[in-house]
Amino acid sequence: MSDLLPLRDMDERELQREKRLDDIRREAERRGKLEVVSTRPSGAPFPQASPESGYYGIPLLKQPPWTWEIPLYFFVGGAAGAAAVIGAIADYTGADRELVQHARWIAAAGSVISPALLISDLGRPERFLAMLRVFKPQSPMSVGVWTLLGFSSGAAAAAFAGFLRERYGPSLPLKVLENAGQAASLAFGLPFSNYTGVLIGATAIPVWNHNAGDLPLHFGASGLGAGVGILELLGHGKSRALQALGLGAAIFESWEGVRIEGRSHYHLDPLKHGLSGVITRTGGALSGPIPALLRIASLWGPARRKSSLRRWASLSAIAGSLITRVAWVHAGHVSARNWRLPLQERTSEALSKKLDRVAEQA
Amino acid sequence: MSVTAFLTDSTLCIGCKACEVACKEWNGVSEDGLEWSGFSYDNTGAVGASTWRHVKFVEQPPVPGFGGNVGEQTSWTFSSDVCKHCEQAGCLEACPTGSIVRTEFGGVFIQPDVCNGCGYCVTACPFGVVERNQKDGRAFKCTFCYDRQKVGLQPACAKACPTESIKFGEIEGLRREAQGRVEELHRRGMDDAVIYDPLDSSVEGTHAFFIVRGDPRSYNLPPTPEVPTVYLKNSWRSSAIAAGLLLGGTLLAFLSDGTRQNGRGR
Repeated sequence: MSDLLPLRDMDERELQREKRLDDIRREAERRGKLEVVSTRPSGAPFPQASPESGYYGIPLLKQPPWTWEIPLYFFVGGAAGAAAVIGAIADYTGADRELVQHARWIAAAGSVISPALLISDLGRPERFLAMLRVFKPQSPMSVGVWTLLGFSSGAAAAAFAGFLRERYGPSLPLKVLENAGQAASLAFGLPFSNYTGVLIGATAIPVWNHNAGDLPLHFGASGLGAGVGILELLGHGKSRALQALGLGAAIFESWEGVRIEGRSHYHLDPLKHGLSGVITRTGGALSGPIPALLRIASLWGPARRKSSLRRWASLSAIAGSLITRVAWVHAGHVSARNWRLPLQERTSEALSKKLDRVAEQA
Repeated sequence: MSVTAFLTDSTLCIGCKACEVACKEWNGVSEDGLEWSGFSYDNTGAVGASTWRHVKFVEQPPVPGFGGNVGEQTSWTFSSDVCKHCEQAGCLEACPTGSIVRTEFGGVFIQPDVCNGCGYCVTACPFGVVERNQKDGRAFKCTFCYDRQKVGLQPACAKACPTESIKFGEIEGLRREAQGRVEELHRRGMDDAVIYDPLDSSVEGTHAFFIVRGDPRSYNLPPTPEVPTVYLKNSWRSSAIAAGLLLGGTLLAFLSDGTRQNGRGR
């Protein structure tokens, strides 16, 4: 022993490594093969690389670096964009003034919260303005930032001018500002409520780009459901127009759920299995069938039951919209971690269905 | 200035990682790979924000004749991975700040003084190359040694490579060289040598192609990488339909709502 150097003090991290090596050794002795973390390609005396498992099953794609702000931004943007459209149309068609005001305030709140969320997610928030040095039609992020800028300016201007008008009385400049702001919030609110679907659809993440043609419609309906829900909770639970819009959004979301569940393709697995599958289905149920049934049930019966059912439908749609956005982002992470997906030849869903049928018959 | 490229010939690579070290030294990239991964002699795993060149240690089931072995030992090949500098680059198209540009040498370069760390390029790269540095907040990847190329030097990794496994030069000449090398390997009995350069995918070829033996998927090289701009048309169409439905639906809902007040009440 005397010719051995004395063991130096080991810190916590080194102890952890020693322990992990001991664990791996014990596992190998006990079972003859290893399945502990980072020796995943199991069943061999050494981890192997192969066409099936790729390079030791190390994910080829990088996961999105976005934090919690992004799904929340998707939710706020969707609801605010839909609220701006509802507010403007309600104003043009001469609906309840209070409804117009509330819709405007929701849009204005979104116009402040959305940029704050987007900026705080940046790696370098102080460089947000670098986004505004170019406009790139081929980059959904660039198009989205300019849409956000137009929407935020319009929605904030309309709400602010409306506030001043009510406080200090009408004047021409205020009227011009209010109307121009409202028109801008309508024009930009239409794409703003659903562009986030394009944003994640046009990426290299398999589960997202496989749904590139569905995501904007899905996110648009989700945003409409949430926008209508917030308006109803603010005291517009008797509006027939809102009822119709909420019902439409819920039915569309139900159909979207059927579409996701009805297709079988390995790219869609994160939406159906595991934790991300549970979140997706929870979000889908809360934004689709549950509010749809509640709203249909609220068409009949005494007034108190009606308003109670509509309140529950609104709450459900709002929660469903938020959970749906979280679910899609989470599914993207799961999809990026799956090393098998990008290594498979890209087959169309029709072809893979056909192959499945052939395999069943054989 | 001519358009340049890397040819990484894995049949010549000895896994010395001199390219990784040279890259880190020249570009001042921070340390990594200090945790045991359990995967051969590779503790880095993949290219990323702090690994712009990465040597893969590919252990495969014994193949008689492969690498001159008699069928008992593991087949062991090495391949130095790098940003592919795609002809149609997903990161470049996705970048909302215009930070990512194509240089006069054909490489894809992130201008670090413009990048604001939005992270969209990370999701847009079909090869999983670009990564956001968590400490710094910006995205980083191989610069194709733009600074060195500017003054007529070859990239640091190619210069440091002791076996000329990493070759650097004018792209068309290098493509011919790759073709000739594969033919030579085939003549010498290595029938499984292939060039990896996804010319027939939407990426339309790369400025960093590889010669590997066997299935490129064992090296985590995707068979059909797609530049994400191919999904744009479908997606924006859906967005336009969604906007139309929202506008039409809202108009219909409010116009058919009998309870609305008449007059604008201002």
